[in-house]
Amino acid sequence: MADILKRNKALSVNPLKASQPIGGSLATLGFNRSIPMLHGSQGCTAFAKVFFVRHFREPIPLQSTAMDQGSSVMGADENVREGIRTIAEKSRPALITILTTGLAETQGADVHRNVREFREANPEFADIAVVGVNTPDFTGSVETGYAATLSEIIRALVPAAKEAGTYPGKRKRQVNVLANYTLTPGDLEALRDIFEQFQLRAVFIPDISDSLDGCLTDEDFSPVTIGGTPLSEMATLGDALATVVIGPSLYKAGELLQERTGVPTYALDHLYGLKANDALISALTEISGREVPERIERQRSQLQDAMLDTHFMLGQLRIAIAADADLLNAFIDLVQEMGAEVVAAVTSCNVPLLTRIPVATIKIGDLEDMEHLGKANKAQLVIGNSHAVDTAERLGLPILRAGFPLFDIIGGYQKTWIGYRGTRQTLFDLANLVINYSHEEIPVYRSVYAQKPVSELTDYPLSCH
Amino acid sequence: MKSTKDIAVLLDEPACEHNKKEKSGCAKPKPGASAGGCAFDGAQIALLPIADVAHIVHGPIACAGSSWDNRGTRSSGADLYRIGMTTDLTEQDIIMGRAEKRLFHAIKQAIDTYSPPAVFVYNTCVPALIGDDINAVCKSAQERWGVPVVPIDSAGFYGTKNLGNRIAGDAMVNHVIGTRDPDPLPQSAAHEGIKIHDVNLVGEYNIAGEFWHVLPLLDELGLRVLCTLSGDARFREVQTMHKAEVNMMVCSKAMVNVARKLNQQYGTPWFEGSFYGITDTSQALTDFAKALDDADLTARTEALIEREESRVRKELEPWKARLKGKRVLLFTGGVKSWSVISALQDLGMVVVATGTKKSTEEDKARIRELMGEDTVMIDDGSPKALLKIVHDYQADILIAGGRNMYTALKAKVPFLDINQEREFVYEGYQGMLELVRQLALTIESPVWDAVRAPAPWKIKTPQIPPAPPLQKGGNSMVEAA
Repeated sequence: MADILKRNKALSVNPLKASQPIGGSLATLGFNRSIPMLHGSQGCTAFAKVFFVRHFREPIPLQSTAMDQGSSVMGADENVREGIRTIAEKSRPALITILTTGLAETQGADVHRNVREFREANPEFADIAVVGVNTPDFTGSVETGYAATLSEIIRALVPAAKEAGTYPGKRKRQVNVLANYTLTPGDLEALRDIFEQFQLRAVFIPDISDSLDGCLTDEDFSPVTIGGTPLSEMATLGDALATVVIGPSLYKAGELLQERTGVPTYALDHLYGLKANDALISALTEISGREVPERIERQRSQLQDAMLDTHFMLGQLRIAIAADADLLNAFIDLVQEMGAEVVAAVTSCNVPLLTRIPVATIKIGDLEDMEHLGKANKAQLVIGNSHAVDTAERLGLPILRAGFPLFDIIGGYQKTWIGYRGTRQTLFDLANLVINYSHEEIPVYRSVYAQKPVSELTDYPLSCH
Repeated sequence: MKSTKDIAVLLDEPACEHNKKEKSGCAKPKPGASAGGCAFDGAQIALLPIADVAHIVHGPIACAGSSWDNRGTRSSGADLYRIGMTTDLTEQDIIMGRAEKRLFHAIKQAIDTYSPPAVFVYNTCVPALIGDDINAVCKSAQERWGVPVVPIDSAGFYGTKNLGNRIAGDAMVNHVIGTRDPDPLPQSAAHEGIKIHDVNLVGEYNIAGEFWHVLPLLDELGLRVLCTLSGDARFREVQTMHKAEVNMMVCSKAMVNVARKLNQQYGTPWFEGSFYGITDTSQALTDFAKALDDADLTARTEALIEREESRVRKELEPWKARLKGKRVLLFTGGVKSWSVISALQDLGMVVVATGTKKSTEEDKARIRELMGEDTVMIDDGSPKALLKIVHDYQADILIAGGRNMYTALKAKVPFLDINQEREFVYEGYQGMLELVRQLALTIESPVWDAVRAPAPWKIKTPQIPPAPPLQKGGNSMVEAA
């Protein structure tokens, strides 16, 4: 439905986009005892590491093939093999992903061949899963890099039903959940809880709620992830009752999983808002064959009540949103459900989902584009990541921080957005921003005939807080 | 792309002590076991604080996308440096050879939108590899639009962050410094009977605004700072750096090539110093007076030092009692290792070991001078190695860069961030007061006990005293059991 306005300027100003290797790393970090290695120069990894550390406030396992001048020109095959070997020897992880960068791809790297060569030369490390993924940063975004990496991991680690002898429903309570990058550790915890209320066991792929949730363990230090989806689970996916895929960016990965395993798939765009969560709960009643638990009914009514309370603030509210496609779509559904208007929708790269998002136009661009659109279309509130805070400030608007990265607040990584409860809290947060910051009062009028004391005649700035 | 010869020339830095060793100071990284940034990272960090310049990163998104808006440096006015700009190269640009053209238009767009006094263009890996001639693009853009456009050829694969610092310094010397003479002294700033001297600071980044603790002192002494390279700097200030009477190298030897080349080309003397800690701050001020050879300045400097030192020492007294004898593991690169040591020793703290990975030989000599010959110097900065030393030497606190913060916190070790990302100001006499406050804040925090102690139900010895034995004829049920 939406018209896609493509990038039409040479310079990207205040970029919204994060790179594919960032997405690929995030997907990897949701597996237990894993470590991503970026195939590029050292800086690629250093920047990605800082990006994650600032967002999650956690130590982040991330390595580099450390390409230098020589290997950039003459070939870096040995860098990849040596890198895998070094990590394997030092920390014996369960999973290493090799994620290519723009540098490696431009040079013509073939990481898949490098992985095969490593396999042949180093049979002693056969127990370590090594997965190469093409994630150059000159195309795609954090979303596509995440999806590509998850697909490759599924391709490498989920056995075909025929060979493995798996069949759907062998495990009577297991549901596979392909979780996209918009789901925070807090979201996944809440989701697990919802599944459990239907007596279902959710296996998240990947599961950053178990690895990046800010948990203090007894271990002082680990060079690989502590927690996340155990790789052993990957062999059980074919025995699940069903697979729930969350986020259009993962629909292809979902198809791949269904192809391999024959497990039926339920595809959900997102879990923001009443309708989206109704779809989830309906799917879970179908999968489990159980009635909707009373607690969930209660939470649904609480959300309905909150919708009534907040529609005064959110109705007709003019909102500017900058986010990657899945998240943009989720927020647009959420705020449209409340009667708000999306007057600026900006995203980082073109994906099939965009055309069916129900707004007039979507701009592929950066935060400067959002700033211009927001100004031209008289936005009243901004939704975006921490980089958009300056943008909002220049526009003089309140901002709801969402997406990647969130570095200017504590705990952004664990906020729960999904479910009836998460949605309710999001509505409260949005409404509070409106109440506290953007009410439009009419200017004071003083009659020329008034008998007010003289001392009141001097102008003083009105506080908006 | 720079040739291997160009890079070798940059690595050969006669003013750097590492030069005398067999290997250059910038060792080759190992795949799968490397840490730290790249040349682009170093170049950008060194120059980004120049606040009114349009900084364009020429490359695909990862270089700028993960790094813009990422530094604690502050500006007193202009804020163009906080706007992230990149050519965000696409696959088509690279395959079809359209990257140079995009860059050319990107420069125009930056000039049209923001009218900056200059544009800096940072080259990154991909355009370097495909052979974009950014020097030529910058040159023709400058001719076309009449705004200085400075190429900073800093592809990540050229080498380390340190090399990037040098590339940045080199670009300033070759393209910017010496292109304008300083403004005449403003009338309002004239002091009766005081001779004003022009100076530069190289490698001062004004993290969190900390240089504003020092600058008033320099003003008071009649030292006009033509430029700090690069904290709170403006393009027009960088242009005038050749006219200084003396240069102070502030942060390690990262941009030592600037000081050396200014010395070669303009004969400007330079000295190395730091504003961390009382002793070093006083030393730096004294060194200025010494280098400028002005008897009146020397006298006024001495008086100022005495005044400031006694003021701060008095204010530090109550804190010293709280921090005395606390053991510190200091892990930070370069100059900060020795300059912070003296600051901590001023407080009566014990530095049990210090990191020297990025330190020059001269830095190390100074560390030995301060801490004795047996001092533990740490080259292996891996989290595991650091934590081992924390435990072996019973350190009360780890002082390191932000990258190590979570290493410390996960191991439940108190931590103080000393690098660029921090939000507190430690420079100058006044900065010491903030430093002690932060040190005490973390070391004395009640949270350490809370996170180190096991949950009550995990303690084997019962917390609740056992009930007294039952009297005979009491509960027969219990007896029966």
